[in-house]
Amino acid sequence: MIGKGILKGMMETARNLTGSFHDPERLTTVSYPEEKIPAKENARNFPFLVYDGDDWESGLRCVSCQICEKECPPQCIYIEKDTQKKADFLGKLQFQPKVFDIDVSVCMGCQICVEVCPFESIRMDRDFEYAKSDRFEGLLLHKEQLAKSNKYYHQIHPTEATETDAIRECKRQDHLAKERAKAEKLAQAKEAATKAQSKEPNKE
Amino acid sequence: MTTVFCITALTTLASAVAAMSLRNLVHCVLCLTVSFIGMAMVYLQLSSQFVGFAQVMVYVGAVAILMIFALLMTRGGQELFMREWRPMHWLVGGLVSLALLAVLVGSILQSPVIQNTGPVDKVERVKDLGQSLVYEYLLPLEALALLLTVALIGAALIALPPKQHPIKPQPREDS
Amino acid sequence: MWFEDLLIQIKSVLVLNAPEGLRPILSAMLSATPILSAFGGLFAAVTLLERKMLGRIQNRYGPNRVGPFGIFQPVADGIKMLTKEDIVPKTADHLIHFLAPLLLLLTAMLGLSVIPYGEKLVAIRFEAGIVFFFAVGGAAELAVFMAGWASRNKYALLGSLRAIAQMVSYEIPLILSSVCVLMAAGTLSLDEVAKSQSGGMLSWYIMTPWGLMGCVLFLIATLAEVNRSPFDIPEAESELIAGHMTEYSGFKYAVFFLAEFVAMFAMCALTATLFLGGYHPPLPILAFIPGPFWLFAKLMVLVLLFIWIRGTMPRLRADQLMEFAWKFMLPMAVINLISTGCWIALGRGSLGWGLSALINLAAYGALNRWLSSRPNQQKRTYRFAEGPMHAA
Repeated sequence: MIGKGILKGMMETARNLTGSFHDPERLTTVSYPEEKIPAKENARNFPFLVYDGDDWESGLRCVSCQICEKECPPQCIYIEKDTQKKADFLGKLQFQPKVFDIDVSVCMGCQICVEVCPFESIRMDRDFEYAKSDRFEGLLLHKEQLAKSNKYYHQIHPTEATETDAIRECKRQDHLAKERAKAEKLAQAKEAATKAQSKEPNKE
Repeated sequence: MTTVFCITALTTLASAVAAMSLRNLVHCVLCLTVSFIGMAMVYLQLSSQFVGFAQVMVYVGAVAILMIFALLMTRGGQELFMREWRPMHWLVGGLVSLALLAVLVGSILQSPVIQNTGPVDKVERVKDLGQSLVYEYLLPLEALALLLTVALIGAALIALPPKQHPIKPQPREDS
Repeated sequence: MWFEDLLIQIKSVLVLNAPEGLRPILSAMLSATPILSAFGGLFAAVTLLERKMLGRIQNRYGPNRVGPFGIFQPVADGIKMLTKEDIVPKTADHLIHFLAPLLLLLTAMLGLSVIPYGEKLVAIRFEAGIVFFFAVGGAAELAVFMAGWASRNKYALLGSLRAIAQMVSYEIPLILSSVCVLMAAGTLSLDEVAKSQSGGMLSWYIMTPWGLMGCVLFLIATLAEVNRSPFDIPEAESELIAGHMTEYSGFKYAVFFLAEFVAMFAMCALTATLFLGGYHPPLPILAFIPGPFWLFAKLMVLVLLFIWIRGTMPRLRADQLMEFAWKFMLPMAVINLISTGCWIALGRGSLGWGLSALINLAAYGALNRWLSSRPNQQKRTYRFAEGPMHAA
């Protein structure tokens, strides 16, 4: 019948038109930037540096081992080691980066730097609103801009953050166990030394 | 001779002259269209509304489009090579124009309007036009209808795609 | 009546207080200015309404950034169009290139002058008003050709020829379906046609079987005449860029769209006058609301219908368009004429109703059957893909 298909189509669009005023399924627009779709947990965009505690300078986990700089495929990371050392969460003295730059206009978000970091210090962020009016200097992120706290990490990737904390806890336990073993050995050696000393005047 | 009539007449004449003398044929057709509109305005000033509007509808809306399509389908739209005007052309053209002028002036001077013999204060209404078409002039109306039908059928026949003969199966070579 | 009388009072006061020589011009201007300004403002409002309504149909908001609910969007569009650079190709015919959008706008606006907006509110009272309307509508095709030819662009010329073919093909069903109303009203003057539909909704011509069919045909032909979806081949971007409007930029392009919308308004107003009773209210007790309001209300209903159709249908192909015009609409319009004649001849009573409805339905059914048996309407069969040799 000529016209039957058109009328069916017009009914459908009329349903869309009237439904768009009260039915959320019929008006699926999200008015960015006033409303935002909540990001999924596994979303990732560009990397950031994690720091423990409240002070980003002293709590920064990065020890400038430069592995991520070497492994990065587009080579967007630039690190300069500092001569001063600082203590990490295990108490050992480590190097720290004087300059840590990531060029986010080059970074492709492949996450290789995250996979190779032995110190759990570089992780992927979810932020995408990086638009700047200066596309050279504005998109070169420095240490200050990259450093974000562990609390923030827990907010954006809770599962990963909990796993990372568990790994670090394991490391700390291992370190403490080793320390205790060393201390015991030292104590035993001392005891043996004092015993030997106390035995000698007996002989005389 | 009101101002409006003067302007209308001047426009019509100027565009008619331009339609004859311009080089580009599409410009000529467009100037001719302007003269058609001028004619329609003359009809309207004589209070014959239907004829005026029919003039616009038929001439401007159909005949001008027809002329343009004819120009574009053939190669008339390009710059044509114009031959030189020779004195013989002027003479013959002048004679023909004078003859035509004599015929036109003669017929205008003999019309009832100039000689004040016909009824001039009868206002033509569309209803009268329609009624006279169907009562007095029925035969010409039917003849016109027949002519239009013939033209339509002829156009459809010309535009039909050529009949495709079904491919006959070839007889097999082996017996 | 109070509104019309008030307007006529104002106009007569203004004209009589003016010097003698200026009176005709002043009278003409006072008639023309409200109409042109009303339809100009309506154009701006309808562009925004169209975008918002199409957005809602397509599960999104329309423009909503420029003002609250986007009401300043037409202003922003106007500023954009005015400040764009006016590029004319060097080898184009500058005079004709300039005149083409003007002629199109002129013919669209001239059509507005014969529509009765109220009891005594017609800009020009012609005895053959509707012939004037269709005559200037026919002159619009010339403007389209001028636009395409003056651009010196082969593709613009082809696009304009296609647009002219479309407009010419749909002019015949347009005029034939309006002739039915002229037969029933017995006059060519639009004022009289509107007057003959006074007395409530049941006396409108759309309430008769031939009137319904005639109104549907008239609306479809209107869509084709103003190059609107689904007949918008001339202005679609994927069809020869923009057809005859390719070489126009900035304000001239806006004038083309202004002309299209004003032509659409004029034809919708004509539809309302012919089939929907013009300025008469649906119920006689509502007559205290002035006539122009009713005409604009009917106009807006038709414009909303057009926007709805635009949001629903995909574009027709050029050959589908021509086939529809010549093989469906023209026979349907001619048979509608016969059905109207029967209705009038049998005294406009129930017998006339029955016979006219019967003729229309029979014609519709016969055309359906004939058209659906044509090879390009049937379901496609793939001789080689579905044979016994195709791969399992």
